[in-house]
Amino acid sequence: MWVYEKKLEYPVRVSGPNAKLAKTVITQYGGPDGELAASLRYLTQRYTMPTSQAKGVLTDIGTEELAHMEIVAALVYNLVKGATISEIKAAGMEGYYADHDRALYFVNGDGVPWIASYIQSKGDPIADLHENMAAEEKARATYEHLINLSDDPLVTDVLRFLREREVVHFQRFGETLNIVHDFLNCRKVW
Amino acid sequence: MRAPVNREELLLRIQALQFTAVDLGLYLNTHPNDTRALADYNQISAALAQTRAAYEQAFGPLMNFGQSQSRCRWAWVDEPWPWEA
Repeated sequence: MWVYEKKLEYPVRVSGPNAKLAKTVITQYGGPDGELAASLRYLTQRYTMPTSQAKGVLTDIGTEELAHMEIVAALVYNLVKGATISEIKAAGMEGYYADHDRALYFVNGDGVPWIASYIQSKGDPIADLHENMAAEEKARATYEHLINLSDDPLVTDVLRFLREREVVHFQRFGETLNIVHDFLNCRKVW
Repeated sequence: MRAPVNREELLLRIQALQFTAVDLGLYLNTHPNDTRALADYNQISAALAQTRAAYEQAFGPLMNFGQSQSRCRWAWVDEPWPWEA
């Protein structure tokens, strides 16, 4: 089961309202390479991982991604909190505002809602772990794009932390892939 | 109460205590001034911590991310996982 800890994994502050930046950062909430996709992908793949270590890695990284989802939510929430209607319009966020006001919803930067086909759970641990390594690199690239777009140094600081975590997760998934390879090679000949 | 002798029995006690805490917690969210429920919650919480400590001493960590200590070797990745019935 899960329990909730009433704190963020990394502190979040923003310099002020910034609807334009919120509109792009939200893609890491509900976009194709965002934190919802990451956490659900790992937490659903873990059941059929063949080794206990792999189950642990997916459980832990899937759980950390939930914490990252919360960090991205905190960024978006604070960036749109004080934004005026004219700032929301200028940011091209009026369609989002019509449906959600300033509430959090799982969409990408263009307002496309999250879909389960962003993720896969193949039942083949080699395929799944390769997908996860690719997912971490795609998320890293997305954070780099967001850092390029950011005009708020406080937001950039948080994005840098999240980018670093993608690098670490990629490393751990690579090691897990080796562990699973060794395990499968001991048992099967194709 | 007789001291629990095996993993399943200890785990069942933790599940019972924690479920009580979950349910009392939900109740307290909407009844924050109910002193009787609050006293029950605190009592259950202490019993839960004690039972959890006994379990972890014998069978390894229940929680990740620094919430539980581990003996050497790192026992977090040891079987069984909870969905393996």
